[in-house]
Amino acid sequence: MRLALRETMIGFRRAPVLSMLSITTIAFSLFAFGLFSLVAVNIRKTLRDVESRVEIRAFLADGTPVEVVSAAMGDIGAFPEVIRVEYVSPDSALARAREELGEFKDVFESAFLPASIDVRLREGYRDPNTVRTVAERIKAFQFVDDVRFGEEWVDKLHRIRNVATAAGVILGLAFAAVAVIIIGATIRMAVMARSREISIMRLVGATDAFIRRPFLIEGFLKGLLGGGLALMLTWFASEVISRNFVQTEFFSRPLAVLGLVGGALIGVLGSSLSVGRHLRKV
Amino acid sequence: MIRFQHVYKEYPRTGLALQDVSLFVAKGEFVFLIGPSGAGKSSLLKLTYMDELPTKGDVWVSGVRAKGIKRRDVAKLRRKLGVVFQDFRLLEDRTAEANVAFALEVIDTPRSAIPGKVARVLAQVGLAGKATSYPRELSGGEQQRVAMARALVNDPFVLIADEPTGNLDERATRGVFQLLRDINASGTAVLMATHNLDLVRRSEYRTIEVNRGQIVFDSADGDTARRKVEGLA
Repeated sequence: MRLALRETMIGFRRAPVLSMLSITTIAFSLFAFGLFSLVAVNIRKTLRDVESRVEIRAFLADGTPVEVVSAAMGDIGAFPEVIRVEYVSPDSALARAREELGEFKDVFESAFLPASIDVRLREGYRDPNTVRTVAERIKAFQFVDDVRFGEEWVDKLHRIRNVATAAGVILGLAFAAVAVIIIGATIRMAVMARSREISIMRLVGATDAFIRRPFLIEGFLKGLLGGGLALMLTWFASEVISRNFVQTEFFSRPLAVLGLVGGALIGVLGSSLSVGRHLRKV
Repeated sequence: MIRFQHVYKEYPRTGLALQDVSLFVAKGEFVFLIGPSGAGKSSLLKLTYMDELPTKGDVWVSGVRAKGIKRRDVAKLRRKLGVVFQDFRLLEDRTAEANVAFALEVIDTPRSAIPGKVARVLAQVGLAGKATSYPRELSGGEQQRVAMARALVNDPFVLIADEPTGNLDERATRGVFQLLRDINASGTAVLMATHNLDLVRRSEYRTIEVNRGQIVFDSADGDTARRKVEGLA
């Protein structure tokens, strides 16, 4: 391993410009991937925020006894999909309506709105089918007059989420593939630059695994450095966007670490493919 | 020790390089390989260090058979033989001793054993005083000696030399050839391709002439070595 590390360093030292060029190329291809991921993360966050507002409102029949309502709230709260159940009295409903629809506040009169139970669902249970099923279960209570959950809106949101996820996966894979190809090509240049050394190594009896080792380390380091640089650029871009355009959320720490590890792995993969291809020829 | 049995070698672009070549090189033997350019000498040498494998027929080198050989076994075989070329093939950014040490390092020789072996072999080729020189600071003859030191450092049973004096002047040629004789005298077989017929004429070694991919003359014809391969064929 010591020798492999030394050979890696010799490779860097012998062609510093080429090495810097590969690290920069890797950094920019991963930066493009990083920017895309930043957009994906923020779209996801926005959708999650919107989704968290998915709510089932069950309007109660006039004169339903309080103890019946609270017993039913206990039952509904025990549904595995439900995270929160809240009773909204006619007065609270009125206050809320006046607050939300300020310009019409004079239109609303006292006891204009019925009492309701507002039900919020857990993350992962906010798709149209689950919402509909839970709404129907709530509707089955005799004292529930009507149930509303913005069916059309939930459907639309779900569709947007699916499209965003599919587009994210496809574009993400495409960006990753481009990054692997570019990184592979830059490392291939490094392999070509050392082809004489490789042929001498083979001549004196080095195994393929031995020859491969310094290149894999080189790919790992270049991927790691390129990934780090890309992360810094993405962070900088995120700050610029946040300050001048719209508040954006940067990657969480585990995601940032995953990005670095991913960069290093792409470097190793690109190296492995390039040196493997070269070794098959010599 | 080295045995070719009805060997054919065909390249996709250039066609047949060797056809029906059978030969046997015994342990400790010195063999010249002569013939015009493109006759098949280098192909024959490449088959010996298994840089190429036969299209038909078979090759055995120190008990290792070409047919069905794995890349890992080729690497192992190369550790037992030394190869030198007309263009030396040294690493330009490393000193003479680093070039020689490289051959030991890549086969995982214990670090403590390397300096002693390198010093011994550099002394053997007459370059003890030039250990820290870079190839560009050395003459052609000296560079070839470094290449020979690298080839010898693992105590090979055979030294394969492809035109080792091709780039050298008369004096350097004599020096390198004398070194090859000394190496052979110490028990290492030498298989040397050359265009230098003077060297061949002035020595008593076995000579094989290759032309158009075939052995057209073998000075050992009729002796034990030749009969041995015929008997095996």
